[in-house]
Amino acid sequence: MSPANTLAIHDLTVSIGGTPILKGVSFDVAPGQVMGLVGESGSGKSMTALAIMGLLPPKAEASGDIRLQDVAVPWADDAAMRKVRGREVGMIFQEPMTALNPLMTIGDQVAETIRVHTKVSNSAALETAARMLERVGLSNERFPLSRYPHELSGGQRQRVAIAIAIALTPKLLIADEPTTALDVTVQAQVLDLIADLRRDLAMSVILITHDLGVVANAADRMMVMYAGRIVEEAPVEKLFARPSHGYTAGLLQSLPGAQTGHRSVLNEIPGSVPRLDKPVAGCVYAPRCSFATDACAAPLPPAQLIEPQHTSRCIHPDRVYEGIRNTEIVSAWA
Amino acid sequence: MGMKPKQHLLLDKLSKAYPLGRKRPGAPKRFLQAVDQVSLEVAQGETLGLVGESGCGKSSLARLILQLEKPTSGTMALDGIDLSTLRPKELKAARQRFQMIFQDPYASLNPRMKARAIIAEALINYRMGNASEIRQRVEELAQQVGLSPFHLDRFPHELSGGQCQRIGIARAIALSPELIVADEPVSALDVSIQAQILNLIVRLQAQMGLTLIFISHDLSVVSHVADRVAVMYLGRIVELGQTRQLFDRPAHPYTSTLLSAVPRPTPAGRHRRSEVTGELPSPIDPPSGCHFRTRCSHADARCTQEVPALRVINGAQQAACHHAERILATLHQNNIEIDNA
Repeated sequence: MSPANTLAIHDLTVSIGGTPILKGVSFDVAPGQVMGLVGESGSGKSMTALAIMGLLPPKAEASGDIRLQDVAVPWADDAAMRKVRGREVGMIFQEPMTALNPLMTIGDQVAETIRVHTKVSNSAALETAARMLERVGLSNERFPLSRYPHELSGGQRQRVAIAIAIALTPKLLIADEPTTALDVTVQAQVLDLIADLRRDLAMSVILITHDLGVVANAADRMMVMYAGRIVEEAPVEKLFARPSHGYTAGLLQSLPGAQTGHRSVLNEIPGSVPRLDKPVAGCVYAPRCSFATDACAAPLPPAQLIEPQHTSRCIHPDRVYEGIRNTEIVSAWA
Repeated sequence: MGMKPKQHLLLDKLSKAYPLGRKRPGAPKRFLQAVDQVSLEVAQGETLGLVGESGCGKSSLARLILQLEKPTSGTMALDGIDLSTLRPKELKAARQRFQMIFQDPYASLNPRMKARAIIAEALINYRMGNASEIRQRVEELAQQVGLSPFHLDRFPHELSGGQCQRIGIARAIALSPELIVADEPVSALDVSIQAQILNLIVRLQAQMGLTLIFISHDLSVVSHVADRVAVMYLGRIVELGQTRQLFDRPAHPYTSTLLSAVPRPTPAGRHRRSEVTGELPSPIDPPSGCHFRTRCSHADARCTQEVPALRVINGAQQAACHHAERILATLHQNNIEIDNA
């Protein structure tokens, strides 16, 4: 039998005040795998992460099954979740300044996580904290434990947040837009760090981002989310080589880059993200999709297999692929 | 090609230093040199992209150009008129000619005003007609930026980010300016909306013959929009050139660093390690000589002692690096090797 998946989510559905936010989200993350999660604001990326952490808003109604290494996560039970958060799942956020406590030294913040979950002395926790800060590239010489977050740059703060998240070597690290607030040069360094940690600690990672370039660089598998659903999922190189959902194609086509002429008209995805409170029987993306036909309004069939390990919820995967196969990005992956 | 396009905006050794407190009483006064001797010419109708990391002085330079800050030294002229010499009344009149588009579409709109009032505000301020004329003009502007009449009666919080940014753009073009500074106009928007707003900006610029200063940290967006690009590092322009030339054959090591750090959705970028080391040094106490030398693999003794001047390297391409020629030659060599491989 193969080793259990680090994370297995089955049919996760979340609604807030009757408005569906996540609709039947199911996916697995294998040990040591980096899963990229792509989509626009409101697509459900962050809500998926919050559900895994048991941090859904109090008004949320949720159903479904979340398992960490084959053990059901008690995500509806806050007291039980406290033992999971930090110890089994670590999380880092987009804005490192708001994720850190401005009144606590960086050493105390890393040590706090360790002390809450393990019975160790204060000094032993601080020793581990020092080691963790070294591990994320903040040498104790230049960044003593007594530093405060405001004394650090954005990239350094994100490193502290990562040190807190990995302090107890969790099995899964959820990184929610970890580099969006950072400069490209610093972003590259933080992505390198996450890659190193994944390798050295054999950690699984869920990397949430809106940047297709980041996913292409750092992830093994990827999922594209739209309006609360996973619309396409595949290993990164398969998904870029054969985009099979109208939304994925729309995202790829709207990127400015070498393939678009200088100041030429970019392919727009018309309209904006739909309201989630109005149920739609067919494909939610169809009104914005350049590949849509009348058939897209019919009730959506379950996700279909495009090739091994590659699924899409689009009923016209071949049409989409034919329409985009000659663009520079797709042909580069072919 | 006819005659040389006329120089519209001219910056001459423009500098801005912000005074900081003393470290201790009696210690020398300290300054943050946000903009350091920036000289630039921008032609009428041209788009100049301005790129660099946060803290490099991009936004400070924008504020100087828009006369929101007074320079410490240097001058800035629009069509030959030095704006710093204008009296307040004259400056208010001149402000019609240069406008700004901001990064955060929500934060830059008054949440208590409807879209109609936001767009009309400048028209009323500058007495651009009576109530019905202004009403009509606002509706024209809305149409120009792709808003429907019903959007005009909405508050910003009732609209999407893309629609709010359209209002910001309508406001910026309301007085038919000649120059627009757009500070990260699409970076707060979702990918699918970015393309809409970029298309709109490019179209309006062509229609109105606008001169555009386009500030962005997203190099693929800049390469799409800009005719020329200026790369800033710690207050100085370190490279300036035609967009294609600068992106294909960067002469300054910092430009190469920036370009290599951008993750691209191509197989070549798979699990690639970054070449960048270190972070932006503090602008309060920048490295001597070349500011970039602490992160540069080409740096030698000369870079510590001598500030490299921005100089012509190759046709229209200028770089502030002592070793630019050597770097370009190596780059050329490598390209030939790749082609032959």
